[in-house]
Amino acid sequence: MSLLSAHNVSRFYGTKTFAGGGRERPALSKVSMTIEAGETVALLGRSGCGKSTLSRLLVGLDTPDEGDIRFRGESLRSMGRAGWQELRRTVQMVFQDPIGAVDPRATVGDIIAEPLRPLCGLVGRAARDRVHELLLTVALRADDADKLPQQLSGGQLQRVCIARALAPRPRLVILDEAVSNLDLHLQIRMLDLFAALQRDHDISFLFVTHDLRLVERICSRLLVMDGGRIAERAPVNSPLELASPEGKALANAILPALPLR
Amino acid sequence: MTAIVQSRAASVAGFWRDSGWAVRVGITVAVALVLVAVFAPAIAPYDPDAVNLTARLQGPSAAHWFGTDHLGRDILSRLIAGSRVSLGAVAITLSLILALGIVIGGTAGFIGGRTDQIIMRLTDIFLTFPTLVLALFMVGILGTGLVNVIIAIALSHWAWYARIVRGIVLSLTHRDYILAARMAGITRWRIFARHLLPATVAQLLVLATLDIGHIMLHVSGLSFLGLGVVPPTAEWGVMMSDARQFVWTEPLLMFWPGLALFVSVMAFNLVGDAVRDRLDPNVRMEHGH
Repeated sequence: MSLLSAHNVSRFYGTKTFAGGGRERPALSKVSMTIEAGETVALLGRSGCGKSTLSRLLVGLDTPDEGDIRFRGESLRSMGRAGWQELRRTVQMVFQDPIGAVDPRATVGDIIAEPLRPLCGLVGRAARDRVHELLLTVALRADDADKLPQQLSGGQLQRVCIARALAPRPRLVILDEAVSNLDLHLQIRMLDLFAALQRDHDISFLFVTHDLRLVERICSRLLVMDGGRIAERAPVNSPLELASPEGKALANAILPALPLR
Repeated sequence: MTAIVQSRAASVAGFWRDSGWAVRVGITVAVALVLVAVFAPAIAPYDPDAVNLTARLQGPSAAHWFGTDHLGRDILSRLIAGSRVSLGAVAITLSLILALGIVIGGTAGFIGGRTDQIIMRLTDIFLTFPTLVLALFMVGILGTGLVNVIIAIALSHWAWYARIVRGIVLSLTHRDYILAARMAGITRWRIFARHLLPATVAQLLVLATLDIGHIMLHVSGLSFLGLGVVPPTAEWGVMMSDARQFVWTEPLLMFWPGLALFVSVMAFNLVGDAVRDRLDPNVRMEHGH
């Protein structure tokens, strides 16, 4: 049974008028995909292709207009309180914009500790220890726990968000452009961290990104999205060969390491 | 947690340090007013209600700094006693307005949908009328007296706050950190209490400080019209009302309570402006905190 799956999922965004009607634009149309436990999948596509919408639907932050999201075979629509608790413990997410994803009034320690009480029942000293451990995992310092978000850089904040997602020891982490804001050195460091987590703790990742270079390092297969549909599904081999025009466009968009004349 | 406490304490000191002279004067006057109100009976040189008909309508002198009124009562003592009523009434009114605004606006913004529609249409009705007209109408229904005036002013002002609270809550609920809090598995109530309420209250306090002067004028205004505090209780509006008949012969009688009102409103507005500048996160970033 797959860990998380989407079955013919559609989502429309539109302006509803007083008369009831209104134009509706599909952000996703009839998308199906699965993620098995322990595998790392890339979800590729240009901005506006629906990949963020799909990832929000997968974790239940939004509900599909058509189709079904299933967690371990059970539909999110009919899932009870215990099921949601289990979903939150199992699947976590890192958002695209780290500055918007943290409460500006909370300290780094409070931000990372937020999931610990409701999802793991950790409080007090145990929670503090876990926060310190997580800070070290994402290459921050233990005394960063007392800082406020304004005192950190964007890259440091993104690592705080990654630490928060890792806090409840999830099985799957959805990374919505989560490493795009980091510099190349840190990107590689984070990818190595993800690879280690994948290897040692059997954590899977859904890598939502527009950057094909990130994919090759840790993903086993990829999905290319375009216009709210899945345009291509391919395994990640070296060299990576993509058949669809959308996939080729993404491959061509990678900047060379050195400028060409 | 300690870092937050420290940074708050530092920001109070920093607030004074970074403020210009006008704001410092405003803070000093506001703090002095609050102290005067708290210790009024100890400070007032005479009993504010003691009538002395032989010493009526005296000008300023060493014995009576601001003179005496038409019943020979010491004006300074009455101003000091009046600060209690004015500031107390403002404090209670503002607390009521904030509570109503947060509960009603917060419910509308957080629950949304049909509840939001119904609450906001009701709010719109209250927003249609000028606050003074609405307050007069409420006093007409509730009857006169300070308590009723406070209720009337609160009922005529909550709608502004409710609308603002709803706006803040709506703008925050779709922020990523609220989604992250949902991912952290915390309940809707805790999301409201931990993430939405502090941000909302911070912004509301600014508005409230700016409104202190306005509400003070309302209380005194309604008392001036004879609807709020009733004579002989010392209150600035009542004092001005009493002074009306002597405005041509003893203009100072009108001048002192007017000055007290003007200075307090000014002081609280200055403080409100400064607090607004201070709590704006963008400005705070520039300060490097």
